[in-house]
Amino acid sequence: MIRDFVYFKAGTVKETLDLLDKYKDDYKIICGGQSLLILMRQGLVAPANLIDIKKVTELSYIEFDLKTGLKIGAATTHRDIEKSEIIKKHYPILVYMEENIASNQTRNWGTIGGNLCHGDPTGDPGPVFIALNALVKIADKKKERNLLLEDFFVDYFETALQDGELLLEIQIPIIAPLTAVAYEKFNIIQNDQGIVSAAVSITLTKDGDSCKDARIVLGGAASKPLRIKEAEQILMGKKLTDSLLKKAGEKASELADPVSDIHASETYRRYLAEVLTKRMVKKAWEQALTYMKR
Amino acid sequence: MEKQLLRITVNHQYHELYIEPKRLLVEVLRNELELTGTKRACSTGACCACSVILNGMAVKSCSVLAMQADECEVLTVESLAENGELTPLQKAFLDFGAFQCGFCTSGMLMSATAFLRETPKPTVDQIREALHGNLCRCTGYNSIIRAVKAVADGKYKGSSQ
Ligand SMILES: Cc1cc2nc3c(=O)[nH]c(=O)nc-3n(C[C@H](O)[C@H](O)[C@H](O)COP(=O)(O)OP(=O)(O)OC[C@H]3O[C@@H](n4cnc5c(N)ncnc54)[C@H](O)[C@@H]3O)c2cc1C
Repeated sequence: MIRDFVYFKAGTVKETLDLLDKYKDDYKIICGGQSLLILMRQGLVAPANLIDIKKVTELSYIEFDLKTGLKIGAATTHRDIEKSEIIKKHYPILVYMEENIASNQTRNWGTIGGNLCHGDPTGDPGPVFIALNALVKIADKKKERNLLLEDFFVDYFETALQDGELLLEIQIPIIAPLTAVAYEKFNIIQNDQGIVSAAVSITLTKDGDSCKDARIVLGGAASKPLRIKEAEQILMGKKLTDSLLKKAGEKASELADPVSDIHASETYRRYLAEVLTKRMVKKAWEQALTYMKR
Repeated sequence: MEKQLLRITVNHQYHELYIEPKRLLVEVLRNELELTGTKRACSTGACCACSVILNGMAVKSCSVLAMQADECEVLTVESLAENGELTPLQKAFLDFGAFQCGFCTSGMLMSATAFLRETPKPTVDQIREALHGNLCRCTGYNSIIRAVKAVADGKYKGSSQ
């Protein structure tokens, strides 16, 4: 049973920030409610005040600029991202990611900001956005701040958002030349939350001979999306070989910090971390090589 | 808790209701408006049996606060047949035996109706993708997919989908 609350529908960002400030002591934001209502129904979350931002149209947009990259408003639905021509052209990995999130029904109403703020370590957008070097823009009534998305996630279902703060926007820089991004989640039922996932970005040197830059991020392998910098280091300056892939995969498995639960044991998750890291490094690398030939 | 005003158009009819803000859309449809064609099954957002069309999109009515549908248009399964005339999709469901116990049917119909409006000429794979969230515990999936495909292929004439 959902506990009673006082309901406020915000119309603008300013109105939202005023409401958040006023009810700082006991509120919850609702956007699509796809995650929140489940928790409220279970009585795990029972706010005195519920502040609805679903109709804050200012927060629903997808903008792209060749200099500054992509900006997505926090209240943009999954479905709008999936269907965006701009995103399809410049960040196709995001379309692929979206098509594999939940059902049409959830994606029609659920939003990208809600997904990130829910802080589920098995969520798909977290690892992919971090591999793309995303920033988030956050505001409270007094100020705005930017944060790297990798610093936004703190723990299971916990983010860096402070009381009174609202996520406004996700910013993704332009993808560097000779860079490809690959993502895969492993799950038993298609479009379910992943058990473990890996997002990898590989940038090749001009001659295409070796790796100039890499980002490796795991989902479902720790209390938050986990960047494995040591595995990235292993790839830098190297040529693609099976033994290199193996080393990077083993490092990811070693540094992952998963738990055992009904979906998989810790050991199995570590195994998945290795396999998916190897596969995604290879996939991104080979994809980046095809950009050489253009 | 103080009730709040909800202005909602359901199946082309405008309503003004006073409801507790914690009410879910499915509760208002079934309990206030007595439109019991929409079924509530899992109540955890996992089965899509309660799917309705909200401003043109399929959503799960168990996972939307009714207040979020303020000033919105909702279509439920009751909107499909007009003057006793079934829609092509409903006819196809009958012809293909696309239900067994029937509990998932209204959700299937609403999801498929929204989908065919978005994607009038889908492939079988696209139909499967679009309906994969709608669970049928009798596992009558193949006949459901066949029914939707038959409509998409234009095998049923008549009123719009
Ligand atoms: C059946 C099902 C399957 C799913 N499968 C997947 C999957 O495969 N992969 C995946 O990644 N996700 C999956 N999800 C999660 C889904 O993506 C999220 O539920 C959805 O994106 C949340 O968005 P929302 O707008 O509904 O958020 P809400 O439920 O409204 O909010 C979620 C949280 O974020 C907070 N919040 C929302 N917006 C803001 C904001 N702008 N600023 C600050 N705080 C905010 C809320 O207070 C709340 O704590 C699934 C969900 C369901 C129900």
